[in-house]
Amino acid sequence: MRMSPIIWMSTIAIISGCTGNQSAINPKGAPAIHIAHLMSGIVAVCTLVWLLVMVMLVWALLRKRSDAGEQARERGLTTTVSAAVGATAVIIAGMTIASFYTTRDIGIPGEAALTITVRGQQWWWQVIYADPDPALTFQTANEIHIPVGRDVHVQLESTDVVHSFWVPSLAGKQDLVPGRTNSLLLRAERPGIYRGQCAEFCGLQHTHMAMMVIAEDPESFERWAVAQRGNSVNPGKPDAVAGQVAFIAKPCAACHTVRGTPAMGTTGPDLTHVGSRKTIAAGLLMTTRGSLAAWIADPQTLKPGNNMPMVPLTSVELKNISAYMESLK
Amino acid sequence: MTPLDNVADLRDTDLNDVELDRRLASTWATPKGVWGALSTVDHKIIGRRYIITAFVFLALGGILSLAMRLQLAQPEARFIGPDRYNQIFTMHGTNMMFLFAVPVMEAMAVYLVPLMVGTRNIAFPRLNAFSYWMYLAGGLLLWIAFAIDTGPDVGWFADVPLSGPQYAAGKRADIWAQMITFTEVSALAVAVELVVTVFKQRAPGMSLDQIPLFVWSMLVTSFLIIMAMPAIMIASTALILDRLVGTQFFNPAEGGDVLLWQHLFWFFGHPEVYIIFLPAVGMVSTIVATFTRRPVFGYLGMVMALIATGILAFGLWVHHMFVAGLPRLGESFFTASSMAIAIPAGLQIFCWLATIWAGRPVFKTPFLFVIGFMVIFVIGGMTGVMVASVPFDTQVHDTYFVVAHFHYVLVGGAVFPLLGAIYYWFPKITGRMMNETIGRWAFGLIFTGFNLTFFPMHILGLQGMPRRIYTYQPEMPWSGLNMFVSLSAVILAAGFLLFFIDAIRSALSGPVAPANPWCASTLEWATSSPPPAYNFSRMPVVGSLEPLVDNSGALPVASGLFVDRRELVVTSVVGALPEARESSPGDSIWPLWSALATTVLLIWSIFTPWAVVWGSVPLAIALTGWFWPKGTKEDDA
Repeated sequence: MRMSPIIWMSTIAIISGCTGNQSAINPKGAPAIHIAHLMSGIVAVCTLVWLLVMVMLVWALLRKRSDAGEQARERGLTTTVSAAVGATAVIIAGMTIASFYTTRDIGIPGEAALTITVRGQQWWWQVIYADPDPALTFQTANEIHIPVGRDVHVQLESTDVVHSFWVPSLAGKQDLVPGRTNSLLLRAERPGIYRGQCAEFCGLQHTHMAMMVIAEDPESFERWAVAQRGNSVNPGKPDAVAGQVAFIAKPCAACHTVRGTPAMGTTGPDLTHVGSRKTIAAGLLMTTRGSLAAWIADPQTLKPGNNMPMVPLTSVELKNISAYMESLK
Repeated sequence: MTPLDNVADLRDTDLNDVELDRRLASTWATPKGVWGALSTVDHKIIGRRYIITAFVFLALGGILSLAMRLQLAQPEARFIGPDRYNQIFTMHGTNMMFLFAVPVMEAMAVYLVPLMVGTRNIAFPRLNAFSYWMYLAGGLLLWIAFAIDTGPDVGWFADVPLSGPQYAAGKRADIWAQMITFTEVSALAVAVELVVTVFKQRAPGMSLDQIPLFVWSMLVTSFLIIMAMPAIMIASTALILDRLVGTQFFNPAEGGDVLLWQHLFWFFGHPEVYIIFLPAVGMVSTIVATFTRRPVFGYLGMVMALIATGILAFGLWVHHMFVAGLPRLGESFFTASSMAIAIPAGLQIFCWLATIWAGRPVFKTPFLFVIGFMVIFVIGGMTGVMVASVPFDTQVHDTYFVVAHFHYVLVGGAVFPLLGAIYYWFPKITGRMMNETIGRWAFGLIFTGFNLTFFPMHILGLQGMPRRIYTYQPEMPWSGLNMFVSLSAVILAAGFLLFFIDAIRSALSGPVAPANPWCASTLEWATSSPPPAYNFSRMPVVGSLEPLVDNSGALPVASGLFVDRRELVVTSVVGALPEARESSPGDSIWPLWSALATTVLLIWSIFTPWAVVWGSVPLAIALTGWFWPKGTKEDDA
């Protein structure tokens, strides 16, 4: 019994070598690690039980048969079947208790937890770092930074349909249900970039509703938070300056906020520091000037059905706005 | 003109066998021609139709799954766009659950249960005809809607608010909700018929402890249907009301509740799994008994396990909502109850193993499918225990792990036994044998293809691949396994193709089957293959669990029934003591008209609530016609 989980864990280690940063069997956060331990145990026991049943099946099918002693055999069978049912009851009772204790381990954020509100929208994640002091509150999108080694209490809300927040390398998933606030404990044990994506079918672009969780040491996290709180940097280069003018003049500003400018729309993601994020369009593309331009030029081909319309732009405007976006570090 | 034609109230005791069969045939047979086909109430003809229709839907649903596998074989494929893909996976799930799995199990029962309990027709035979037409209409509604790009695209579970008026424009979600009404009406009707048939129409002497296990399983299943289906009908009706007349059952902004939908849906949705699985338990028991040449070990235990599963089935639904944000302590209760279902399921497995161990296995195709069932279903049961654990489930919920799990349970647990059952009962239904060699090939391909297709999905799920995504990015580590899965699906499809070819070919030109080709022990094998319209010339009397083994040679019979009108014996619930001769309704076209009127009402009501008012007029006329006394001998009785 002691051996099998170990064998299983080593198997997991082999598989998880190529399993990426969105994987329940490559856990890097305390809750995910607790769950992975439970999973290994249950899978090991279940595998063993299955093998036993298969051995019994093969034996029952192929054993040599003789005519003598039928009645004694029938009595023996009753004992065997009863024992097997009893063993089943014991095993599942054990698993139920193990599940219960793991549930307790992954559920309660500590005192000093950082609280982040994540609001699911079709099809992106609004991320709010609230602070008792409104001046210190800020928001971002599709990218969550957390300090390593500290409990993070994620409050989950939805503005439209049911979504599900899932960053498997850090924790199990939790739904975002309209009209309710759910919560989830995240805690990264190691710095890294952990990918997650919506796990509950939420409509046309459920597929492209990913987010990145970036776990970094507390000092880097603080630096990042301070930078995010600030208004957008003023564009320096002439194309970015022209881009800002075009952004504010065109319908872009009706949906997006760029703090420090007249752009105050709230329908789409806050773009104040969009250039500092790893990806755009909820994990669809890496943030580069080229991908920004491709996205702005034709969002409906890259992510059909999403709520960003194609805004007619000249090629110069497109180039300038992309440069402006990229400059919003 | 024989002298006997003038005798009023002619009974079977007055006639020799040849004359009896001739007269029973003229009383019970379905008239030839289109009118006869449309008005028949013969459970065998309707059951056959049901089975064939369900298998057509299986094939269509299978084609959809191949389309999905084509799309997912490579990252960022552009074979199917998101809109169509969402329709396809919704159609696949809806079709397989509502148009294939439940109906096909009930269809097998419609055909087999009256034969297995030794009666001449199912109870409420006109309702049975009505239920088939409703089922057909619901299926056509769904598939025609899909063909014209109005197929539902909100998932087979149609979660609100995604399926509500705000987020699901057009009529797609309404089509889904109304299709539910069609299939549930038909499922409920059949469930009621089966309960009454089993309770009141068993052969004299077939007390409750002598009912074949398949009949027991269908009895429990029927009760599950009667108790579970109203929940989904309330849910889908409330959804239609939200969408059509602006009620706010599920809108949190107006005091409605999103999770109310999930509770109602899964209060039906989980028993649904057992509605599909329990009939398969009955099929497996029947096949195991026949091909090990002995009765199933632990009959009482098996019956108790069926009933226990049926009761527990209603205490598990919350495990579909473990990540919805319900209180953790309450969830732990549902972990315990979900895991507890492993006890009756385990008992069943152990009893079959004991039966095989103590018996003398004969490796024919039906038995091969049962062996395949054991291997696959036990894996599905194990992963079921895994997802019953709350923490485990938070990682695998809504991922390909769950896709793998429920295909292991539903295909392994229900489709494998069903295919075995088709090979087993095919000679009874068609009078011809299926091909043993092709059967083995089909089994081999389906078994291999199934495992290669679905096992890797467990790993994909653990590697973070969610369900219901129409594509994935190349940087995700999923493309290798997805390609493997898609290629394996071709093997699986080839197996099913071979099965369909064998079934069609054998039905047309297979070797003629004797009455009891497998030396089986239950009553359906006591009559010819295929059975005559009246099932049995004289009513069998049963004194044991294996009437054909214990009475080799001649079965005792009861007599005294009229032969000039449709009549059968009604017996007591527990002991099956004869109570009365009861007339059984004759053919009627009115169930078809009633189903048509209901169809018009239901489809019309997708567009306006007034349809419920005006549509009820033709329905009332049709129902009046249905129940109007026609002056037949059955009416007079």
